[in-house]
Amino acid sequence: MDLLTDFHSAAPEVLLALFGVGGVLFGAIAGDRSSRLVRLASALALVAASVLSFGRMGGSEEAFNGLYLSTPFASLAKSVAYAMAAVSLAMSGASVRGTGLERYEFSLLTIFASLGAGIMLSANDLMALYMGIETLSLSSYVLAAFARDNLRSAEAGLKYFVLGALASGLLLYGASLIYGFAGGTRFDVIAQADPSVGLIFGLVLLLTGLAFKASAAPFHIWTPDVYEGAPTPVVSFFATAPKIAAVALMAGVLFRAFGPHQASWQGVVAILSAMSMLIGAFGALRQTSLKRILAYSSISNVGFALIAVAAGPEAGAPAVLVYMSLYVIATLGLFAGLLGLRRKGQGLDLVTDLNGLLKHKPGIALGLMTLIFSVAGIPPAVGFWGKVQVFEAALRSDLLWLVLVGALASVVSLGYYLRLVWAMMMKPAGEPLDNSDFGTGLVVTATALLSFPALTILIGRVLELAAQASVG
Amino acid sequence: MNGLPLLSLTTFLPLAGALVVTALRMAGGARLADGASKPIALIVSLACLVVSLIALQQFDPAQSGFQLVEKVAWYEGVSYHLGVDGMAILLVVLTTALTPLCILWSFKSVEERVSDYMIAFLVLETLMIGVFCALDLMLFYVFFEGGLIPMFLIIGVWGGKNRLYAAFKFFLYTLLGSLLLLAAMIYMYVTVGTTDVQALQDYPFDPGVQTWLWLAFFASFAVKLPMWPVHTWLPDAHVEAPTAGSVILAGVLLKMGGYGFLRFSLPMFPDASILFQPLMFILSVTAIIYASLVAFRQTDIKKLIAYSSVAHMGFVTLGIFAFNEAGIQGAIFQMISHGVISGALFFCVGVIYDRMHTREIAFYGGLVHRMPVYAALFMLFSMANVGLPGTSGFVGELMTMVGGFQASSWAAAGAALGVILSAVYMLTLYRRTVFGEMTNEKLFDIRDVTLTEVFILGLLAVFALGLGVFPSVVFDITEGSTRDILQMIGK
Repeated sequence: MDLLTDFHSAAPEVLLALFGVGGVLFGAIAGDRSSRLVRLASALALVAASVLSFGRMGGSEEAFNGLYLSTPFASLAKSVAYAMAAVSLAMSGASVRGTGLERYEFSLLTIFASLGAGIMLSANDLMALYMGIETLSLSSYVLAAFARDNLRSAEAGLKYFVLGALASGLLLYGASLIYGFAGGTRFDVIAQADPSVGLIFGLVLLLTGLAFKASAAPFHIWTPDVYEGAPTPVVSFFATAPKIAAVALMAGVLFRAFGPHQASWQGVVAILSAMSMLIGAFGALRQTSLKRILAYSSISNVGFALIAVAAGPEAGAPAVLVYMSLYVIATLGLFAGLLGLRRKGQGLDLVTDLNGLLKHKPGIALGLMTLIFSVAGIPPAVGFWGKVQVFEAALRSDLLWLVLVGALASVVSLGYYLRLVWAMMMKPAGEPLDNSDFGTGLVVTATALLSFPALTILIGRVLELAAQASVG
Repeated sequence: MNGLPLLSLTTFLPLAGALVVTALRMAGGARLADGASKPIALIVSLACLVVSLIALQQFDPAQSGFQLVEKVAWYEGVSYHLGVDGMAILLVVLTTALTPLCILWSFKSVEERVSDYMIAFLVLETLMIGVFCALDLMLFYVFFEGGLIPMFLIIGVWGGKNRLYAAFKFFLYTLLGSLLLLAAMIYMYVTVGTTDVQALQDYPFDPGVQTWLWLAFFASFAVKLPMWPVHTWLPDAHVEAPTAGSVILAGVLLKMGGYGFLRFSLPMFPDASILFQPLMFILSVTAIIYASLVAFRQTDIKKLIAYSSVAHMGFVTLGIFAFNEAGIQGAIFQMISHGVISGALFFCVGVIYDRMHTREIAFYGGLVHRMPVYAALFMLFSMANVGLPGTSGFVGELMTMVGGFQASSWAAAGAALGVILSAVYMLTLYRRTVFGEMTNEKLFDIRDVTLTEVFILGLLAVFALGLGVFPSVVFDITEGSTRDILQMIGK
């Protein structure tokens, strides 16, 4: 096969890879003074990759001898993931200034991590999948520990690394078992293999590794600690691009490589989903740190997305895309708020730091409230339709019990979402906040307006897009 | 017919007003917005009332089915579909009529964060009207659950001492019920392929499936109504909410439960509705008697009226599940009438609460010596609440009991006992607060009702008496929808 055609098929990833390598060379010569330029260029490169991916939604293209397959499903997920990475990088500018994080490697690591996410999503082979996961993970470990002088950040990086390495090991062990019993590592080969205990065993180990990356319970333990310890700009990236990539990858692997064995994994995924929803919901109730609450919220939301995965390819694929896209958009806005709000130069840490936000910054407070209700899935915010799609997929696959668990988890998690609203809207105002920068304010406003009313009105178009992406 | 989309206009006019106030708040700061928000909110809500009255005038009671229909496709199987029948248009007018009164009331009694308050109130009005106009289940749900957010804020920001607990309880309790409704709704969407109300009403669900769907809808509407034993959020919410919040809560939000039964449960699941008739009768009668007894033991005036609301909602469910014309006509009438009377009673409590900042019954006594006008108005609404002939309360209770009697004589007998009990607690309340010697020194210089208060209470008094004397005004309009509902349930 012609190398050029391969490169053409994988254009978004090739672009990111070339940019990343070129950026490292440039940065090494120009030094840290160039960090602002590199950040801007990186964000633009990610935007370009996002647009390129979106343009590839029309059909499937195979490349690199079947290692790489860009399906419409993967293209849409990549497009959202790259866009999220671009925005989270662009808005981190003001908050990294003067914190020692102002280094060009920061942007480039985000590029490499996004590249890993892209490879994961387009993987059509266990080898490519592992390559993608490791590219993402290794960049993420470094990013988590990026604030080197900060003990918490170093701890977060180390924890993430040790546990991540364990998960990678499990994943590899599972992959080798699957290879042994299926006779190949390509997804289409695995899909044709006869079901055997070894194959299922390998599948479960593989699922364990993937669940760790997606922070689904019971493999979620690292999430709150890493979210709390890692620098906020980094977490705003972790919570968006890799999250949608990990969940979409899980869906992709299960649907494409193990589609015929759905009966074997449906129960496993359903249990992962139920546990994530409940642990995410109950775990956050007693938390006081904003970042830890958002971590548990992400665990719970991944659980909701996994309902759709458990529902299987026909019903579940569009629902996964819709749910995760709407979720990461709202999450990005929440982190933008967290990045932009500072008191005496310090970022906000506790729920009580939000007290009386409405008085100091009515616009931001209103935006954040919209985003919180979107993440919580309360209409008329658009996150509600994510929940509707997921529940619909579950009911089409006779998973009523998961819907009921989801309903319970929704009510419980409202307990802490409302506490955030309570602090912002109802508590007496605390000390005044610093002026927030333009970028994060813009992101909060834009994501809030997307969550309500823009996407609520255009929800038909969103669902159509997701359905289109799931057909191919 | 008229080219204007009257229902959309009614629904979204308050939202537009809220956006104007929000824009002022963002651009001009809190002080400017606080001053300007009062007239803006009042004008917008009055305009909304006018539009809804035009809609009422356009509405032709002689026709059956839905009128003033607007339909725009939203996404697959779901559409932005508005329309009203006799029952819905009256509830819309009830909403648009109570809201300006609440806003007028709040001019004086809300002192802090006025513009935020007006925004929340106007958004709430949009969502309430939307609930009664929506003819698509998904759209209904969006309005239904979306209404929790502004009400949560109203209780939470402008409420009393224990408002955190009350606001959370209100939100979470209602949400749990709503989510079961959501699950049932999605199941229906998966089965039928649409959430259009008319299509779902025509779809013959399997009786076994109906039972489960009915129970899921029941979970939501029973909490909202509220029915015994899931009524416990209501007294807390009422006690902590500001006066206008209580009025809207009792006057409009509770009606959504009864409306839901009539619009969805009965027509869509007729077999299950008939199956559960005994259960509903037991719950209704229990609610009437139990809530009346509990009301009698209350020391807090607002709590007493809240329990009285629970009892009166028992009459609504009794009438609905009697499945005959008298019962359903009575239930709709009772909803309207209760909206007026309980709203007025909460305003009455607001009058003395604004002056003394306590709702303890024991604190008051002998108010008639200082507040004769107030005593007269309060007397009128107390009597209406008891169901004295000549007031609207009487018609509603009588009709629901007549309907109930045709279906089950012992249920009607139980409900009749509740009427006596309501006289017991209301008259006791009235005697202890208004009559007797004024012994509490703090009350000595309490002033009588102001002009605004007389205006608001007087207007409501006109309705309470007018509907009592000419109930046919309401019955003529709701007759068509009652017949439609009865036809769909096959009775």
